Amino acid sequence: MKNKLISVEQAIEMIPDGAVLMIGGFLGDGTPELLVDGLIKAGKKNLTVIANDTAFPDRGIGKLIANKLVKKVIVSHIGTNPETQKQMIEGTLEVELVPQGTLAERVRAGGFGLGGILTPTGVGTVVENGKQKITINGKEFLVETALKADFALIKAKKADFLGNLVFNYTARNFNPLMAFAGNVTIVEVDELVPVGGIDPNEVHVPHAVVDYIVRGNAK
Amino acid sequence: MIQDPKIGRTVIAKRVALELKDGDIVNLGIGIPTLVANYIPKGVTVFFQSENGILGMGPAPEPGYEHPNLTNAGGSPVTFLPGAAAFDSATSFGLIRGGHVDITVLGGLQVDEEGHLANWMIPGKLIPGMGGAMDLVTGAKRVIVAMTHIEKNGASKIVKKCTLPLTSVRRVDLIVTNMAVIEVTEKGLLLKEIAPQTTLDEVLKYTEASLIVPEQVPTMPVSL
Repeated sequence: MKNKLISVEQAIEMIPDGAVLMIGGFLGDGTPELLVDGLIKAGKKNLTVIANDTAFPDRGIGKLIANKLVKKVIVSHIGTNPETQKQMIEGTLEVELVPQGTLAERVRAGGFGLGGILTPTGVGTVVENGKQKITINGKEFLVETALKADFALIKAKKADFLGNLVFNYTARNFNPLMAFAGNVTIVEVDELVPVGGIDPNEVHVPHAVVDYIVRGNAK
Repeated sequence: MIQDPKIGRTVIAKRVALELKDGDIVNLGIGIPTLVANYIPKGVTVFFQSENGILGMGPAPEPGYEHPNLTNAGGSPVTFLPGAAAFDSATSFGLIRGGHVDITVLGGLQVDEEGHLANWMIPGKLIPGMGGAMDLVTGAKRVIVAMTHIEKNGASKIVKKCTLPLTSVRRVDLIVTNMAVIEVTEKGLLLKEIAPQTTLDEVLKYTEASLIVPEQVPTMPVSL
């Protein structure tokens, strides 16, 4: 059986310039920092990043923005990273803003084999522009399409060698959803345990969706 | 009117806190709404929900006890209270959009006569993104806007029609400011209470929207 454990360098080598990446984390909490640093070190360019937010210029996904490696972000919030706003105004970074709950569902739909989802969020606001609307039982919903990525880069607290995952507190956020939605899913983990070392009841994401495992810097 | 902005913010937070009922699931936005947690009435237990995946969030930890993977929706360290749960973003917004959050308290840039809220962007000036605000206003059982009554330049934030992009077309339920408590009703904006040290004339002067004013308008039951 394939050993999923690889180095950060091997993981980054697989990712071409121009790739569409999903990256876990909420304002940096739960972001695979070693993989992000690896992208910067390798100077990967023209990336599209799907994530909750662009964090801070010196943390998480924000570092990719600060290093000008990203051409487009699909996120719910950019307010904590002045560099994102600056590049957006300069016209060098395309920003698609999505309500956070809608973003979570679009990612989930992508990983769960759905074409999209119906949500009341955004009806009657600028968010509905260009989108199909459907009325069900007299209530209007927006059709929000599913999102997929070439690579999902996620962070977990613990994995076994098969790739069964356990997340930590608020570091979970988008990570379990993105694990399903990446064509290739790479997880950075703080703790690696033998197969059988995780109680099946405690597995948050089953190993079937995890392609590669990278050892993180446990703190 | 209350001159000190800090006292004004405290009055808003104390008054909003009186809206919380025992057992409520509550989501507090950033800014003035966050202060509400400091004034929960005695005998009332509420459960704070945070968009990034907590139900049962506690206050900030003592210095030195911060955990990097235990933060609130603003990225600051928080704690769990006994009985807390942690979950992913889809579950978090299942709670929010699905109508399982009893009260959300949000800041505002404008609220209009129809009860529509604008609080997520100023075109050309401030574009932070909507984060979870659109889902919260659309899905929470009760929406309370906690904001200052006027802008720094003196312009009213309670307007006839929002000129800023709307957060949702769902009407908010209650507006609590440093000058008044206003309920959004089918007939329009109903003046419920006036802040301490504030006159009805001041409220009317600084409110662009039309207000329904009952004969008697009590003072907010909060101490300064």
